[in-house]
Amino acid sequence: MIRVAGGQGFYGDTPKALDALLAEEEGVDYLCLEALAELTLAILQKDRQKDEARGYTRDLPAYMAAALPAVAAGRTKIITNAGGINPTAAARAAIGTARDLGLHGLKVATVTGDDLMPRLDAIAATTPLAHLDTDAPYTDFPAPTLFASAYLGARPIVDALAQDADVVITGRVADAALFLAPLVHEHGWAWDDWDRIAAGTLVGHLLECSGQSAGGNLSRQWWDVPRPWDLPYPIAEVDADSTAVITKPKASGGRVSFDTVRHQLLYEVHDPTAYLSPDVVADFTSTHFEDLGDDRVRVTDVRGRPATDTYKALLAHSVGWAGEARIAFSWPEAHEKATAAAAIFAKRVEQAGLDVDEWCVEMWGVDALGGPTVPNATSEHDAEPPDCVARIAWRCADPLTAGLVGRELVPLTLSAPPAGMTGMGRGAGRPTELLGLWPTLVEKTHVDPHVAVTIEET
Amino acid sequence: MTRLRLHELCGYRAGDKGDIANIAVFADDDAVYEVIVREVTAERVKAHFGAMVTGGVLRYEVPNVLALNFVLHGALGGGGPRSLRADSLGKTLGGALVRLEIEVPDSLADRRAPKPDVGWARTIVDGLTD
Repeated sequence: MIRVAGGQGFYGDTPKALDALLAEEEGVDYLCLEALAELTLAILQKDRQKDEARGYTRDLPAYMAAALPAVAAGRTKIITNAGGINPTAAARAAIGTARDLGLHGLKVATVTGDDLMPRLDAIAATTPLAHLDTDAPYTDFPAPTLFASAYLGARPIVDALAQDADVVITGRVADAALFLAPLVHEHGWAWDDWDRIAAGTLVGHLLECSGQSAGGNLSRQWWDVPRPWDLPYPIAEVDADSTAVITKPKASGGRVSFDTVRHQLLYEVHDPTAYLSPDVVADFTSTHFEDLGDDRVRVTDVRGRPATDTYKALLAHSVGWAGEARIAFSWPEAHEKATAAAAIFAKRVEQAGLDVDEWCVEMWGVDALGGPTVPNATSEHDAEPPDCVARIAWRCADPLTAGLVGRELVPLTLSAPPAGMTGMGRGAGRPTELLGLWPTLVEKTHVDPHVAVTIEET
Repeated sequence: MTRLRLHELCGYRAGDKGDIANIAVFADDDAVYEVIVREVTAERVKAHFGAMVTGGVLRYEVPNVLALNFVLHGALGGGGPRSLRADSLGKTLGGALVRLEIEVPDSLADRRAPKPDVGWARTIVDGLTD
């Protein structure tokens, strides 16, 4: 039986969560750190644009510092996709952290080849690269490309583990594949043993969002989750026959139950009968979940079908610059005043000759998040909110304009309906660049020959 | 028949992929699952979200965990890194969906979501400003 743990669920998650996992008496054979989301690649691209040596998650050294002593003691291994769009630089940083800690002789593997940027023109010449969701042809893609990453599977990680890697750092490897890899490596599963590959992928999917399968973001009876300030990160105990038990560090708070696990099962899933991963097409509707009590849920009967011939890839392009500002009003007539303030602001921007390509106006305290799903007030008694914040966001072609638009809100402090507080949320921040995403498919034959594993000792 | 908000009967979680949001709703038992399969159609969900969702809505049944999974195209103002919305990842769309009212048979008319008990939190928060 192999114990794999989900030690990170996103860029910015807390390395402190590793302490509870590493303190487990039974140990954790593999710590998988999932650091990437679509939004994360966009953030890392902006980093790399400013500094070629960046492009990986900046908290990687903190994670390494928390986990490497246990790795050096032979108690665990680390697999992470924190390399983002620059895994080579990430590995350099990890090796630096190890050496700073005086940890020598550790093997750090780097997986490269997910970055399609160097070969994008060649790929586009022979591949449609149509938009996965809208079917728009690649000729509609608004150049320049800011990043282009293929979602690799578990195979290169298994290659790295077979070469005795202690730490494996990748770029855009599919989240669940980080967890599947050690299971394939340890249990010797065949790549066409589709049910087991699907089971390992499903286990990975259940662990990849850290606290979300252990009581985080639980919709019902969320208030009953024990010690939610000490929410555990999940562990899977996986047998060679692919039977898995999802559990958590015993000493932590949180909860693992049928309900917490099924919440995560469908998170960011489209067709649950065909969960497309680079390694398999998994059927999540075949799976049987049994709540064993004591924060243990057994997972069996996962069915898989052969993987497709393509990898998903994500391309990004710039779509302009955004700014945002908020202005708050109190009872009486808070919503009406906020509406008037948004209108006055928009007219001032127009008067100043500033071009805005897109507006977004949200009335916080009224229907900012629910939009049309929030019923309109039906009587004057239930109509008036005690306060209302207008959050106004805009998109412009360039950062200078986006910044100047924000300044037009400031005078409303003294020149709008009473009494607008424009300082809400520290007012307008710096404009940020907006990126459009272009999910697409790339034949594996275009990618695999370029996937490489390199190993360096600390 | 009685009209109830889906919230009284079901749990929920929403996630994002590009400009597509998915929302899973979870029934407590077979009786509730049967009702939501009948009542919470893709068409109703599409109408519920109105102008917030510009594309189509697909529904998948997931009977092994008593869930329905809704996939909403054009639901995130262009998708995370592109969207001007505060909730650019659609995290709150689950709550928005369970605001939907459905018809339930009288046998389920008394079902209510348990009320949050946050006494533990109030004690902590009150302690901050004592």
